[in-house]
Amino acid sequence: MNRHTVITHFILIIGAMFMTLPVWVAFMTSTHAPETILREGLQFWPGGHFLETYNEVLFEPGGVMKKVTALGMMKNSLILGIGFSVGKVIISMFAAYAIVYFRFRMANFLFWIIFMTLLLPLEVRIIPSYKVVADLGLLDTHTGLIVPLIASATGTFFFRQFFRSVPDEILEAARLDGASTWSFFIDILVPLSKTMIAAILIIMFVVGWNQYLWPLIMTTKEENYTLVIGIKQIYQVLNEGGELPQFQKAFALTILATLPPVLVVLVFQKWFVKGLVESEK
Amino acid sequence: MKRVQFEHSPIPYLFVAPQLLIIAIFFLWPAGQAVYQSFLLEDAFGLSSQFVWFRNYADTIFNDSWLQAAWFTAIFSTLVTLLSLGLALLLAVKANEVIRGASTYKTLLMWAYAIAPPVAGLMGNLMFNPLIGDMYHFMNSFGYDFDHKLHEVDAGFVVILISVWKQVSVNFIFFLSGLQGIPKSVTEAATMDCKSPTRRFWTITFPLLAPTTFFLMVTNITYAFFETFGIIDTTTQGAPGGATTTLVYKVFQDGFRGADIGGSSAQSVVLMLVVLVLTVIQFRFIERKVHY
Repeated sequence: MNRHTVITHFILIIGAMFMTLPVWVAFMTSTHAPETILREGLQFWPGGHFLETYNEVLFEPGGVMKKVTALGMMKNSLILGIGFSVGKVIISMFAAYAIVYFRFRMANFLFWIIFMTLLLPLEVRIIPSYKVVADLGLLDTHTGLIVPLIASATGTFFFRQFFRSVPDEILEAARLDGASTWSFFIDILVPLSKTMIAAILIIMFVVGWNQYLWPLIMTTKEENYTLVIGIKQIYQVLNEGGELPQFQKAFALTILATLPPVLVVLVFQKWFVKGLVESEK
Repeated sequence: MKRVQFEHSPIPYLFVAPQLLIIAIFFLWPAGQAVYQSFLLEDAFGLSSQFVWFRNYADTIFNDSWLQAAWFTAIFSTLVTLLSLGLALLLAVKANEVIRGASTYKTLLMWAYAIAPPVAGLMGNLMFNPLIGDMYHFMNSFGYDFDHKLHEVDAGFVVILISVWKQVSVNFIFFLSGLQGIPKSVTEAATMDCKSPTRRFWTITFPLLAPTTFFLMVTNITYAFFETFGIIDTTTQGAPGGATTTLVYKVFQDGFRGADIGGSSAQSVVLMLVVLVLTVIQFRFIERKVHY
């Protein structure tokens, strides 16, 4: 190896450590007893309390009202992640199909309306959005949690781009065979878009699982917490009350909140990169 | 536009209806409400309101705490953007060079994308916790009195560090895919013409990456403005004394904690304009596909 290669590897190793070490330390610390953590600080190697801590966090109710377990929050996060990604894919495929395959007067206008969602991130309309959902009686419901989030300009553009690249001959042939608009969509376009759909589903699952601001303001009951918002509330409780701070549990919760999206990204790495790079173009 | 299309019918309206309904109810209506409320002044009990023209804007924006937040947001987003782009570019170039272990490096450098900003914030918060956090002691070991609960600069440092950490992986993925998109023939020709790898990078590779860099700059600024909410809310919560409050965090604080609907709406409208400017810049340049 020459000097240049050594330096290259050195930089990459430092970079990889910078990106992984915090999570490694969080995981290792979570496997130690609270006394050890308090006495010695963060831990770099495994301790003997893995099963005990994770068992407690996953199954024993915590939080202010003692109503919520990490397992329950994981279920809520999973519902949000799946509902969010599936909802986005369906809704944007529908819209893209209409815009690309139909000649109708409002097409351009509707396209611009969808485009406008890019200009209105949740953060700039947060209080009125909360009010709308409250007025509809949707606070603390899955519908209220998921539906307001699934309109997607990027998703619609992505499928629009893809549908445009589908050869015109396919529609001509389908029409000669007497395919209806619905069967053309379901039997021909959807199977053709399989890899696109998978890529977007993966990306959007991660984005959905990681939602913070919206679940934070629209869930009030502990049993509806997702992991990402729940850990902050539980973390605050863990540090109160004059008892030994339960740092190992706080770390265990951050690890649990990290695990599912990380697994998805690692397992479907190729599709994930494709979905991320292509959908942002 | 497709050459072949289905004929006029009500069917396309049915297909766009779900998306449009959601946009109308949860985007356009609330945004309209925000604009409307930014011109109203409510009494303390929310019983009556009065049309006050631009008074909310004048009151909230020419206000020390808003100006402080604006100033912090400007510094914060500049630093987060430059640092995370610089770091990601360096790593992507190096990861593109190596042969041995390339895919391992790639995985290790991009996996953090999956971690939510607030989770990253909580992890960072724990690492900097004076009771257990080694980072806290590490910072103090240089003889500098580090305390992110008290010192403004230290609090800013913590928030920026976590925000950069969280953003490096996305930038890395985009830079790497940009680098891999550069044709082999171009790099080979460059290698023949120019010996110095550093010069080669700045004269050939970097200009070819310009569209990616530009696109990432806009998305990073957007990230620093909006998505860092979760990081700030789980670390400093804008403290000490509003020193790490971004404009978005202030909208949330004033609207939900302070119940100042008019003022918070006026701030929202200002942010809408910021997003508008960012989006217009992004689309104008992306459409031209500039190579500088």
